Amino acid sequence: MRIVIGEGSCGIAAGAIKIHSAIEKYAAEKDIEIGITGCNGMCFLEPIVDIYDGKELIKRFVRVSESDAERIVNAVENEDFSSLSDIEISDEDKNFLDLQTRIALRNCGKTDPESIEDYMDNGGYKAIKKVLKMSPKEVIEEIKFSGLAGRGGAGFPTWFKWSAARKSAGEKKYIICNADEGDPGAFMDRAVIESDPHSLIEGMLIGAYAIGAQEMIVYVRAEYPLAIKRLEEAIKQAEKAGFIGENILGSGFSCKMRIKAGAGAFVCGEETALIESLEGKRGMPRLKPPFPAQSGFKNEPSNINNVETFANIAWIIENGGSEFSKLGTENSKGTKVFALTGKVNKSGLVEVPMGMTLRDVIYKIGGGIKNGKSFKAVQLGGPSGGCIPKELLDTVIDYKSLSATGAIMGSGGMVVMDEDTCMVGMAKFFLDFTAEESCGKCVHCRIGTKRMQEILTKIVNGEGEQGDIELLEELCGVIKDGALCGLGQTAPNPVLTTLRYFKDEYDEHISEHRCRAKECSAMLKYSINPEKCIGCTVCARNCPVKAINGELKKTHTIDQNICIKCGMCSKVCRFGAVSIG
Amino acid sequence: MSEYKSDLTKLEKVFEEYESNPENLITILQKAQEIYGYLPKDVMYKIGEKLKVSPAKVIGVATFYSQFRLEPMGKYLIMICQGTACHVSGSEKLASAVSDYLGIESGKTTSDGVFTLQKVACLGCCSLAPVMMINGEAYGRLTPEKAISILSEIRKKEAAE
Ligand SMILES: Cc1cc2nc3c(=O)[nH]c(=O)nc-3n(C[C@H](O)[C@H](O)[C@H](O)COP(=O)(O)O)c2cc1C
Ligand code: FES
Repeated sequence: MRIVIGEGSCGIAAGAIKIHSAIEKYAAEKDIEIGITGCNGMCFLEPIVDIYDGKELIKRFVRVSESDAERIVNAVENEDFSSLSDIEISDEDKNFLDLQTRIALRNCGKTDPESIEDYMDNGGYKAIKKVLKMSPKEVIEEIKFSGLAGRGGAGFPTWFKWSAARKSAGEKKYIICNADEGDPGAFMDRAVIESDPHSLIEGMLIGAYAIGAQEMIVYVRAEYPLAIKRLEEAIKQAEKAGFIGENILGSGFSCKMRIKAGAGAFVCGEETALIESLEGKRGMPRLKPPFPAQSGFKNEPSNINNVETFANIAWIIENGGSEFSKLGTENSKGTKVFALTGKVNKSGLVEVPMGMTLRDVIYKIGGGIKNGKSFKAVQLGGPSGGCIPKELLDTVIDYKSLSATGAIMGSGGMVVMDEDTCMVGMAKFFLDFTAEESCGKCVHCRIGTKRMQEILTKIVNGEGEQGDIELLEELCGVIKDGALCGLGQTAPNPVLTTLRYFKDEYDEHISEHRCRAKECSAMLKYSINPEKCIGCTVCARNCPVKAINGELKKTHTIDQNICIKCGMCSKVCRFGAVSIG
Repeated sequence: MSEYKSDLTKLEKVFEEYESNPENLITILQKAQEIYGYLPKDVMYKIGEKLKVSPAKVIGVATFYSQFRLEPMGKYLIMICQGTACHVSGSEKLASAVSDYLGIESGKTTSDGVFTLQKVACLGCCSLAPVMMINGEAYGRLTPEKAISILSEIRKKEAAE
């Protein structure tokens, strides 16, 4: 039997390394194999320890702690798991994976990301062998059959980009992977690289062969050190096995591969800015056309795809494009991976066929809203996307249906919000982000986002005025039309969708100085209910600014001129006497 | 430039590894930051000289990307996530509580050189939101109180040393 510990970033953050060492300690000198795997997507259950018998998963233990190590080892040794039922995964939680369809994530949480043998044992590098016997044109045809569209956000047909890059003349061609994953709140790409780096390599190799590239470059976010480390290791293994380098598997096709670590700039996810950054410059977008397929990295034809896009490729070649296009809807084929987070019970990575409803993802897979609260909205597409309200929960996941709501498919961030989230605050949050990340090249984005941010700040501070909403709407239109790149063009989306579905919240902030989610602290008023206060003095003693007056056993009062609305009094009061309005 | 006296010989190895190609500017700056902990001005000048890129360009790149620091860093780098998932789970309150406790804004270092505070976008542990990371170690499901007690532990430890 083999003990396998989930060591993706989230598992490690939850303590997987400590558990690994503890298991190693207890298993020393016992005939027990210990292995690692990446992220299986059940981040809400981390740390996770799996027990395998050969290739078969026989037990899965969740929310494991260091102190469980000894009894896990003993149970494996005695092949008796009856004493571990308290940490065994529940049937209800098993649903989380059973309801998914995994293509891009097919190996994540199953295979050892640090072992090329394990990848090959599970069918890896078969597709590239098949491809090397096909013509590049046939490869592109197969991808066309599949209907695969780019998973990085824009959803452009992958075959079309490949075909354009192939037809473009150039001394040298490049295939580039966009692993910048800028949407704050999305981590699909990180999980794929950390958990299954070889599937990215194989997908890129197939793309390189199809367009005739001599070099593969992966541009990875600097904040992802583990992904970089595992990918570096995987590249070395693939070179050694003859999949990367000169005359690959004797086919006459040669291609090198390298990693470039980004340095922290959201705009570098935009493909032309990414190219500038690869060239060692400030990541400022270029005017299109020319498109990268004509003139990209070092002005040579270049093709850029997202990590998840590449992770689908080998599967499509193996199983056939038609197998992929069976899944999904009329206009969107295959599956999509989402990073499901926020106020949802089960947060993690989910891969579902296109065509599933948002409701099914959030309620059936995600297990509904935390702490029995009610659902308010779900945000898709990060700073370029929008918030979808309750009434539209039955929207199906496909490019067209999601765009119709004003949001976008995006790269896969799916953040769930409940009644305690202020939607104006949410719009401000994204504008703070885009204003900060605007590269400054074009006026519309640089100054426009700043002005929008200022208006939204005014509104959440309770200083909104009549006319602010109209001004916001006008700015949205102008920035959408005038900005140079996708960052600016989509920056108004979070504001436009919240205005569309939650206009009454804006009105309340402006006209009534009221935030129904009780999040905008400037608009809150803390007061003490004389009927409940017993005069215990706890609030007065804990108030950091001494705004609370009152004697022992007498009703206390809050001096509104001194109160900084930190909420401490309401937190420490054991009698529920502090009301927030 | 008399105030800057970095040991520039440490850069030699980096130059050897990454030939004088301006394309490698970002990577070289990353390596330099690993060596010095931040990017001193004389180091950036030296890099420009070597790559035949003007100092303005080097500093332009260094200030464009959030990873680069132009000031020395504290012993503990605290990164507080301000990503979307952390935001809806209360990261703003967390950040302001930590900021108040340490008496510094994001991007600054405490006067005793112990802590540097940095707000960042998504640490990729969204399911543990809200999250902060101290010298690479992630702490999840935080409240302002929990975060402050973690920091005060570190403070105590440092004071004892
Ligand atoms: C501001 C901005 C940020 C972007 N960030 C990313 C990103 O983090 N990852 C990504 O794959 N694509 C990102 N994109 C989309 C890319 O420009 C590009 O369309 C994509 O990488 C193409 O790959 P695909 O066809 O496989 O989707 C971003 C676009 C914009 C405008
Ligand atoms: S949003 Fe905080 S870790 Fe992702």
